[in-house]
Amino acid sequence: MGAYDKVLLARGKGRATGLSYVNNIFEDFLELHGDRRFADDPAIVGGLATLSGMPVTVIAMEKGSETKEKVRRNFGSPNPEGYRKSLRLMKQAEKFHRPVVCFVDTSGAFCGMGAEERGQGQAIAENLFEMMDLKTPIISLLIGEGGSGGALALAVADRVWILENAVYSVISPEGCASILWKDAKKVKEAAECLALTAEDMKRLEVVERVIPEDRDLETICQELRTQLSEELSALSALPPETLLENRYQRFRKF
Amino acid sequence: MNLMGLFRSPQNELEKGGSEEAGITNTCPHCGALLPLSEQWENLNVCSACGYHFRIGPRERIAYLTDENTFLELDGNLKSKDFLNFPGYDQKLRNAKLASREKEGVVCGEAKICGEPCALFFMDPNFMIGSMGTVVGEKITRLFEYALARSLPVVGFTVSGGARMQEGILSLMQMAKTSGALRKHSDGGNFYLTVLTDPTTGGVTASFAMDGDIIMAEPGATVGFAGARVIEQTIRKKLPQGFQTAEFLLEHGFVDLIVPRSEQKETIAKLLRLHKRGNA
Repeated sequence: MGAYDKVLLARGKGRATGLSYVNNIFEDFLELHGDRRFADDPAIVGGLATLSGMPVTVIAMEKGSETKEKVRRNFGSPNPEGYRKSLRLMKQAEKFHRPVVCFVDTSGAFCGMGAEERGQGQAIAENLFEMMDLKTPIISLLIGEGGSGGALALAVADRVWILENAVYSVISPEGCASILWKDAKKVKEAAECLALTAEDMKRLEVVERVIPEDRDLETICQELRTQLSEELSALSALPPETLLENRYQRFRKF
Repeated sequence: MNLMGLFRSPQNELEKGGSEEAGITNTCPHCGALLPLSEQWENLNVCSACGYHFRIGPRERIAYLTDENTFLELDGNLKSKDFLNFPGYDQKLRNAKLASREKEGVVCGEAKICGEPCALFFMDPNFMIGSMGTVVGEKITRLFEYALARSLPVVGFTVSGGARMQEGILSLMQMAKTSGALRKHSDGGNFYLTVLTDPTTGGVTASFAMDGDIIMAEPGATVGFAGARVIEQTIRKKLPQGFQTAEFLLEHGFVDLIVPRSEQKETIAKLLRLHKRGNA
């Protein structure tokens, strides 16, 4: 399977979106809304849940499944409010010593006028800066599209895992092809060049784990529940200074 | 001080034209005024008619900002590798080196500004428009680590079209890497001043450009996350005049102050003095 086929799979109709993972992994998810500054961004869902009895903060990008729902969620492209809501919930997680689990699935941060007016770049920058110093464990899962800075804003984590058919890239193959060759049709070539598949991520040490997808969602989520709970327990046992230094070194190596 | 010899960007024309009396002029892209090159250089590459700030490279910045002979360059020999075998990247790097006369898209070092010591970085508009790859990220990260170890403030001039796609996901990782180094420097109680210059966009805006304790901008600089063309394609209409300029960011609360080139040295020195450790 070529890299662009993976891109199509990652974007595919019928592919499980953020909330399906949240609802299948956690039993008691309680959604919390708003960034306390401007609005509530439906492209990012955040809230509380328990994982094997452990309280956790959950943040998930959500593209929506039906057309109406997709429009309401802006096709999973967050505005600055989404990132600010995420940061608010992460700061709360830190205060109450809860680990954070993020689900990443976006073609990218939204490129609209309002997003620029309200500081899209600043919102992402602040998340990266704060997540580097968040004194509680963070695990991020790339479940579909990992579109550039808009994805990274929820993926500065102690562990980053990726689904077998998810992708992670600095630019979309379409964007790359049109900039590089002024030809949007060269997407396949661009996708190969960008090294954006789960396999590439493992090879480049951008992720620790690739989750196989040759099973149904429920089985995948059941396995993830066990793995998340084991990994979060181990990370929670680390002294905060060690946790932060390891997180720094995790990204320092690139 | 005669700055002529230090400003090199239009040097080719000077070499071709020979002497100054040749009357070489440059046209201001903003107001169309014909500017004698000698005058343009003396004026720090700012149009004397309308105040338009031409894009300039790191060496020009060093010349007008830092005290004479105080700049000590750091990590000047780091060079990018084409580790993904990305089509055309090698050639692009060669062209960028020729155009900028630098080895990479950022120049880092330590210097004094009106006697105040600081660590500095200058991104280069002539090196792939300051695109951020692993070497740019590494140099900036090392600079913050260097400054942290010496309790030095950092002054950073940003110019960037964004992350360098020829280095794939690892260029995206530079945003996280630099943010970590910034954070440590900040937690050490050290001051970081960013100066946003034309253009500052994409992954650089979404990381270290917007993380300054104080954010300064050059007049008229384009600053934003998404490029204007991408936004226009998304919303299917033309953007209003002045969208994503330094002035627009000031109005929306994302920039502390806009400072013309001629006043930058003085203003930066003042800010460095106000943030001196042990003053309290």
